[in-house]
Amino acid sequence: MPDTDTTPPAPVVAFDETGLPGECLPQYDLIRRWLDETPRDFIELKRREAELLFRRIGITFAVYSEGGNPERLIPFDIIPRVLDPAEWTMMSRGLTQRVKALNAFMRDIYHEREILHAGKIPAELVLHNDGFRPEMQGFDVPHDTYAHISGIDMVRVGPKEFFVLEDNCRTPSGVSYMLENREAMMRLFPDLYSRHRIAPVSHYPEELRDTLRSVAPPNCEGEPTIVLLTPGANNSAYYEHSFLADEMGIELVEGVDLVIDENIVYMRTTEGLRRVDVIYRRLDDDYLDPLTFLPDSLLGTPGLFNAYRSGNVTLANAVGTGIADDKAIYPFVPAMIKFYLGEEPILSNVPTYRCSEKDDLAYVLEHLDALVVKETRGSGGYGMLVGPHATNAERQMFAAKLKAKPYDYIAQPTLALSTCPTFVENGIAPRHVDLRPFVLSGKEIRIVPGGLTRVALRGGSLVVNSSQGGGTKDTWVLESVGDAEPHRR
Amino acid sequence: MRLTVRHQTSYTYSKPITYAIQTLRLSPRPYEGLNVIAWRVRGAARHELPSFIDGYGNLVHCHTVNHTHDSAIVTVEGEVETRATDGIIRGAEETLPPLFFLRTTRLTAVDPAIEDMAQSLPGAGFERLLALMHGVHARLAYTAGSTQSNTTAAEALKLGAGVCQDQAHLFIAAARALKVPARYVGGYLWAGSGDENQASHAWAEAYLPEFGWIGFDPTNRTQPGEAYIRASIGLDYWSAAPVRGVRRGEGEEALSVKVKVKDWAAQQQQQQQQ
Repeated sequence: MPDTDTTPPAPVVAFDETGLPGECLPQYDLIRRWLDETPRDFIELKRREAELLFRRIGITFAVYSEGGNPERLIPFDIIPRVLDPAEWTMMSRGLTQRVKALNAFMRDIYHEREILHAGKIPAELVLHNDGFRPEMQGFDVPHDTYAHISGIDMVRVGPKEFFVLEDNCRTPSGVSYMLENREAMMRLFPDLYSRHRIAPVSHYPEELRDTLRSVAPPNCEGEPTIVLLTPGANNSAYYEHSFLADEMGIELVEGVDLVIDENIVYMRTTEGLRRVDVIYRRLDDDYLDPLTFLPDSLLGTPGLFNAYRSGNVTLANAVGTGIADDKAIYPFVPAMIKFYLGEEPILSNVPTYRCSEKDDLAYVLEHLDALVVKETRGSGGYGMLVGPHATNAERQMFAAKLKAKPYDYIAQPTLALSTCPTFVENGIAPRHVDLRPFVLSGKEIRIVPGGLTRVALRGGSLVVNSSQGGGTKDTWVLESVGDAEPHRR
Repeated sequence: MRLTVRHQTSYTYSKPITYAIQTLRLSPRPYEGLNVIAWRVRGAARHELPSFIDGYGNLVHCHTVNHTHDSAIVTVEGEVETRATDGIIRGAEETLPPLFFLRTTRLTAVDPAIEDMAQSLPGAGFERLLALMHGVHARLAYTAGSTQSNTTAAEALKLGAGVCQDQAHLFIAAARALKVPARYVGGYLWAGSGDENQASHAWAEAYLPEFGWIGFDPTNRTQPGEAYIRASIGLDYWSAAPVRGVRRGEGEEALSVKVKVKDWAAQQQQQQQQ
């Protein structure tokens, strides 16, 4: 646990991705010059073009807290966020390590529970957690992989200081923005793009498909049939579901399109029933199967879990991955890395106060004005308190919640997330960003370089979630720094 | 004691339905108190159903009828050898640790009335659990049809009535309130020769470090003995449910369940006399 000294909150003077004041890191050099040289009118024109482009594609995201039309365009900022080769190498090694440990943790937790016997994680924290699914106990999944697709949220606070803010191992979304943003940048600014050597991302759907193929059940002979299971058109990420199914050339199905017969999963097609081997499901555990989980769910397919548990179909991600990305479990990920891999963590965790611990709770209540408080089961930036930006009334409301249900909350210091130059109403200004790389795990681990950069568009805001008014940027991982040869595409 | 079971469930629909699926937890697994001699679960097509072992260690069968039909039948037939163990469960495949069974569920959530009931029990350890078993029996009058499958322990206690499922839930909720791990058990009960009231039954198990898991049957105020066939366990009725099903179609369902649990020796004798 972090030392509970009473240092005052650091003023939010953030590291800028382009470098310390007065300098410009080499990877941003070309972009800086381009911004200086290009007339504002031209850039304005391109910004409007970008918006039109996204409207035409129809890339939208439902925002639950707003009334009215839930479909809204996520703002796209045309200034890319750039990572140099060394930064990315370190990050991708760290991500690989972390996801390996998370999968090893799930394999262990649903089998022998060695890590609990060794006293590295309090047993109740796992066994009494809603994310722990007893239905998965003793079940062997192909290649011991549970989180086939993970979105690991990273933040940066200094030149070399990267932190993992949270792990998303259930049904992380956002990868379609990563792909569309790149597409848009290449179309809008072909010259700027071709002057950089940027690692490609467009092969992500192929990599995802290969990953899903590699985890087909052992009894699947020949080419596995893969489908993407969506909760339907009302889901906030429906656009992404149909986009990915399309890109991978697989069927997009809803629960009613699947039928279980004799413990085998089939999809209804115009030519009759066709056996399904792998389901990339974007439907939460609770809704998957009314015979095993919520009995009144109409979104899933009755009997699906039985077919899964019998080894007749693979679900990606596995059922029960919520135990690995629970915010109460997060503080223990570095211990998992040491326990399962015998390695030192490459990526750091943010120091975290677990409000279920008496001392931690007391500290958190004392320092609500300096901390970020999160619900252990929350996601999407809902149900959180950013202490320094909250009103007194909001802090008091949270204090009451913490006292009533301490188990449901964690707190972290307010990090000065790095900023990146961003177009705002009156020119270019620094705005806070994070990064969600997508890690694919099957027979092996694959990471498409970069990820989704989210940006808090409101000045000073530290909340980058698209549901809370955040935008996105293209993320460039450079293969080498400096002006590319003129003829290179 | 050698017991034979014949459990037949017939479904008939007022209008033909196109699809039906069920998850069945109706099969005992061996432990010191029970040895399975023969057991099979068959569906409408009279073939043996596909099965798997679930997270709790239960043997689960999957029944589907994927065509238009107006009736279906599920038959369980089996034979087991039981032995009295004073309710203590030894030699069973335990997949989840006792600590897990302190977890609350919607059906077994503790409200102030249950908390009160638990805290006012006399004694400690085994004695206190015996008192709880009698307390549950006294507070929940067995009344067929008084509750539904989704009635919670708290609701049943308020009502003061319930069936074996509710009594098991109340026992479990109160035990967990006392930090004693507890779980739901579904199975069959031989109610003595000549008794026509043979049925599926539900009871509870609690964990005490000095004994391990021990059965308590609040309905009959006794420790399960050789008349009991333990077929499923879970956190509550939902995870241990003997049958969970979904059907597609408009028809109304009519259900007829016939359960016969017989003492094999008496049966042999009877057959010889005939």
